[in-house]
Amino acid sequence: MTANKNHPKYFNWILGALLLIASLNVAAQFRVEVNGVGLSRLPIAFAKFRGEEASPQKISSIVRNDLNLSGQFDGVQYDRVIDESQRPDVNEIKQLGFDAALTGSISQLPDGRYEVRFRLWDIVANEDLGAKSYVVDSSELRLAAHKISDFVFENLTAEKGIFSTRLAFVTKQKSKYTLWVSDIDGENAQSALSSPEPIISPSWSPDGSKIAYVSFESRKPSVYIQSLTDGSRRLLANFKGSNSAPVWSKDGKTLLVALSKNGLHQIYSIDAKGGEPRQFTRSFSIDTEPVFNQDGLNVYFVSDRSGSPQIYKADINGSSVTRITFEGGYNTSPSVSPDGKLLAYISKIGKDFKLKLINMVTSDVIHLTNTVADERPSFSPNGKLIVYATEENGQECLMMTTLDGRVKTRLVVPLGDLREPNWGPYETHR
Amino acid sequence: MKKFISNLSIMIVVAILSACNSAPKVDDATLAGKNTAPVSAVAQVVVPAHLDPNSALSKNRSVYFDFDDFTVKKEYASLVENHGKYAGANSKLTVRVEGNADERGGREYNLALGQKRAEAVVRAMKVYGAKDGQVEPVSYGSEKPKAQGHDETAWAQNRRADVVYMTK
Repeated sequence: MTANKNHPKYFNWILGALLLIASLNVAAQFRVEVNGVGLSRLPIAFAKFRGEEASPQKISSIVRNDLNLSGQFDGVQYDRVIDESQRPDVNEIKQLGFDAALTGSISQLPDGRYEVRFRLWDIVANEDLGAKSYVVDSSELRLAAHKISDFVFENLTAEKGIFSTRLAFVTKQKSKYTLWVSDIDGENAQSALSSPEPIISPSWSPDGSKIAYVSFESRKPSVYIQSLTDGSRRLLANFKGSNSAPVWSKDGKTLLVALSKNGLHQIYSIDAKGGEPRQFTRSFSIDTEPVFNQDGLNVYFVSDRSGSPQIYKADINGSSVTRITFEGGYNTSPSVSPDGKLLAYISKIGKDFKLKLINMVTSDVIHLTNTVADERPSFSPNGKLIVYATEENGQECLMMTTLDGRVKTRLVVPLGDLREPNWGPYETHR
Repeated sequence: MKKFISNLSIMIVVAILSACNSAPKVDDATLAGKNTAPVSAVAQVVVPAHLDPNSALSKNRSVYFDFDDFTVKKEYASLVENHGKYAGANSKLTVRVEGNADERGGREYNLALGQKRAEAVVRAMKVYGAKDGQVEPVSYGSEKPKAQGHDETAWAQNRRADVVYMTK
């Protein structure tokens, strides 16, 4: 204490530095906002992992944050250090109201790498649900944490976890546009492209190795494909007029793009290696925003052939076109759930643009948000979450929502306006 | 060829008319002629209208549209006519028509909307003489708003197509 009084400036500087580091650590995380009433989320206790204090990453809190943003868990820190070899006090944890608990440890090996061990407990049945360990470099500790999240999620819900997958999105800071690829909690963000001109519509290849996007760097929209493994990129479509809305076929061999080269804004199919585009839709109207359905045999797209933008469905040859949306005068940006049963899209209601979800089996439509400028929804690979862009307090931001709209999380990143999210596949290349 | 001749004759008529308008200047020229300095010492440079920011052509190069609409309104008929004729008369110029949309709605649909606005202006310019392949319609969608606000005043400014003469 006396030392602090004698050297107040020194003390302040250290405190400032610590705060800076802390804010960088939490800066890029999805912040969970629970709006649900009568919500059933599985309560799970996170013990402090032994050795976690000395670790560069707080594994148990990364896992807790992951599971909370899934909307299916209510993860709470349990203020005891319990490692994977210890039996937790099941009665105490049960009395605190938890159904499950995660324990573990982290230790540095002589070669500098870290060993992360964990064990999952079913508190209700007083049962060990399994343990695992990972040996990783310090740069891979977050990935190890996401894999633990996947293990917990899969064990307790019998559904595949999405915590090791990646997001693509675009930020705008003043006049600088950046295309990012990050973990789904916004961390580990890597810049794929930086430009003084706009970047829109990033789209993951099915194998997670490439991203197609639209860049305005030549003062008009052109479609590029960029490899995430070596950073190389190629101009895919730069025809007269506008080139936009790329999306990959399920086998990754072709893309659908919207081109205006013939004076009409139509959808074309083009080989991923380049070459002559083949016309996919045939109308005298705007046709754009194609997406493949789950088996790749149908394509949903937006057309204003009825006089206002609506969502349509075509077969793989662009034929047998049927209209999907009828309610309202503006329905755009379709995204199909991985099981093909749900379609998320943006609908204009009064003055507002809202994220909606239509059940294509029952035709039921639900609203998912309270915001008014929603854009570009994209399903998680397990179909349990939707990421979308919206605006809050005049700032463009990214949100995730559960399919009932009850649990939402907002990505907090100090990178200006956030937009154009696209959720990557299970396959990732890091 | 016939078309070329008729365009040429229009240009001659225009030249004669403009000569009539500048008739008072003849006196100045005569006065200048009294000086011993050779007339050719000062080569007159006329900045072409598309490079002169103060020309009527440069000042009137934006067409504005209604929400989710790409019809060129009647009030822009003469603007489009002027640019169509100018491009036609200067067929070596490369022209872009850049379509824009306001921020509301999806970026891809806005891009398509901007493109349709640009196409509509290009079609009208061709009626007045702009050549095939001379004018490229492109779109910035809602990506490059001229007005930064978030109200109807700003949106109206941003539902727009601009005629831009390309410089190499």
